[in-house]
Amino acid sequence: MSATTAPSPSGAPGRSGLRKGWWLPYALLGPAVIFEILVHIIPMVTGIWMSFIKLTRIYLRNWGQAPVVGLGNYKTSLDFSSSIGQGILHSFLITCGFTIIVLALSWGFGMAAAVALQRPFPGRGLFRTVFLIPYALPIYAGIITWKFMFQRSTGAINHILVDQLHLLGDKPFWLIGGNAFWAIVIVAIWRTWPFAFLMLMAGLQSIPSDVYEASAVDGAKPFRQWRSITLPMLRPVNTVLILVMFLWTFNDFNTPFVLFGSTAQPPAGDLISFHIYDASFLTWNFGYGSAMSVLLLVFLLIVTSIYLLVINRRSQRA
Amino acid sequence: MRESAGIKVFRVVTIVVLTAFVIVPLYVMITSSLKPLGEVRNAFSWFPQHLTLTPYVDIWSTVPLAQYFANSVVVCVIATAISLVLAIFASYAVSRWRFKGRTVFTTTVLSTQMFPGVLFLLPLFLIFTNITTATHIPLIGTRLGLIITYLTFTLPFSIWMLAGYFDGIPRELDEAAMVDGNGPMGALWRVVLPAARPGIVAVAIYGFMTAWGEVLFASVLTTQQNQMTLAIGLQQYSTQTNVYWNQIMAASLVVSVPIVVMFLLLQRSFVAGLTAGAVK
Repeated sequence: MSATTAPSPSGAPGRSGLRKGWWLPYALLGPAVIFEILVHIIPMVTGIWMSFIKLTRIYLRNWGQAPVVGLGNYKTSLDFSSSIGQGILHSFLITCGFTIIVLALSWGFGMAAAVALQRPFPGRGLFRTVFLIPYALPIYAGIITWKFMFQRSTGAINHILVDQLHLLGDKPFWLIGGNAFWAIVIVAIWRTWPFAFLMLMAGLQSIPSDVYEASAVDGAKPFRQWRSITLPMLRPVNTVLILVMFLWTFNDFNTPFVLFGSTAQPPAGDLISFHIYDASFLTWNFGYGSAMSVLLLVFLLIVTSIYLLVINRRSQRA
Repeated sequence: MRESAGIKVFRVVTIVVLTAFVIVPLYVMITSSLKPLGEVRNAFSWFPQHLTLTPYVDIWSTVPLAQYFANSVVVCVIATAISLVLAIFASYAVSRWRFKGRTVFTTTVLSTQMFPGVLFLLPLFLIFTNITTATHIPLIGTRLGLIITYLTFTLPFSIWMLAGYFDGIPRELDEAAMVDGNGPMGALWRVVLPAARPGIVAVAIYGFMTAWGEVLFASVLTTQQNQMTLAIGLQQYSTQTNVYWNQIMAASLVVSVPIVVMFLLLQRSFVAGLTAGAVK
């Protein structure tokens, strides 16, 4: 990386040292940096500090006086024999399962739809628009509708499954008990897959059609073409897409919050962001909440780093 | 080129299944919003027995929906506008100059996008509480506080996406403008911004949509009735004794229509801008 200040619009690279206008990029960046510090850096440093103090309700307004507990909040959070630690572990595992299922199916649906709409046909634009609606809808509007559909006696889901298809004998609860997990999975997929579709569709447009024609002349079957042309060409899109979807899904707060409400959450739908929120605002112990947030961040950083390392190594080898 | 039967079956099945998956909730939302309360309280039916428009009248009086609507518009427009202006300057700097600290800046911006919102929630709540106590500037429970917190997610994304878009605009355009006697700011104003219009539209839509649907910060930071946004206001239709499902569906539809229409009208720009930022 070159550390010289070479304003490229004026051309003439090279000559280091002070040039006329070297300060301009800093001036342009200044306002954004100030806001970044205000909304990101200061809260983050504060958050890390909060995780080391005993920040209960009495200290909220004079947090300078809250006693320092060192790693105490972390020890409590990670003590899996205590009820707090068990709650976190359970929530973490639920979130992992949730993320894997939602990620895999959203990507699969998005890919299937993008490939199905790859070639022009009458009505293609209409389906494209319809598929994007769940993504365009305000998050809570979509989730509230699903909440209505998941109602036990008045909802559409049980009406379809029990009254019309007779798949189940008794109307199950969807928002209470173990089924709550499947409720959040379905709602999250419904909201997430159109984004995968959008990105993959845009990626497909950049593949020239003569590549397919050439391979068809060679006798390649559609699935073979997908494996040997489409997938490799979509690699840059997929790298970003999978990472972004992973982070969104793992941090998902809206789905359980809107679906279950802020108090009556079933353990099966207790995603980690929701768990931290609940633990912080029900007990007003911000110390634990902050420690858990920091742990979550560390976990995400590790996963992301490993992911990027593997991707980079793979692409170097290829 | 001729297509095999296999690919035709695949296409039809995919489209039918996914269309049903997407459409059913939308259909339920629309039809339930046209039913009287008694009907949504009974077992679900696909077709309303008594069509009525009263839910669309009642939603405005059951809760102060117009107030929530106005609050959401104010918060989202201001947060989007601020982050857009900041992002235009910052992205231009990042895209056109190689300067000390550039990598630090871009890495910070990129990495803050992956941070969970809840990580910022507790410290911001604490900081706002203490600022409010000390200075009496009302940050807790108000739109002002909400606008500031919304920048935590609109700003980094705007910078990242717009920088990607600016990178795609050939430098020769800037240079041509500067040969004509413009400075770098003149080139930004006269050449880069007009060329980046789809990117700017995309950034604005994205910021607005995300802010419009934001629930986490709104649920903690808007405690006063008259400051609530739609995300929280819609939950007011469920009271202790009654859940007005028909009105909830009607209100959900009303708050969704403007944003969905805007998105669908501008989807071409959005896709172009999004992929320029992400697919590089």
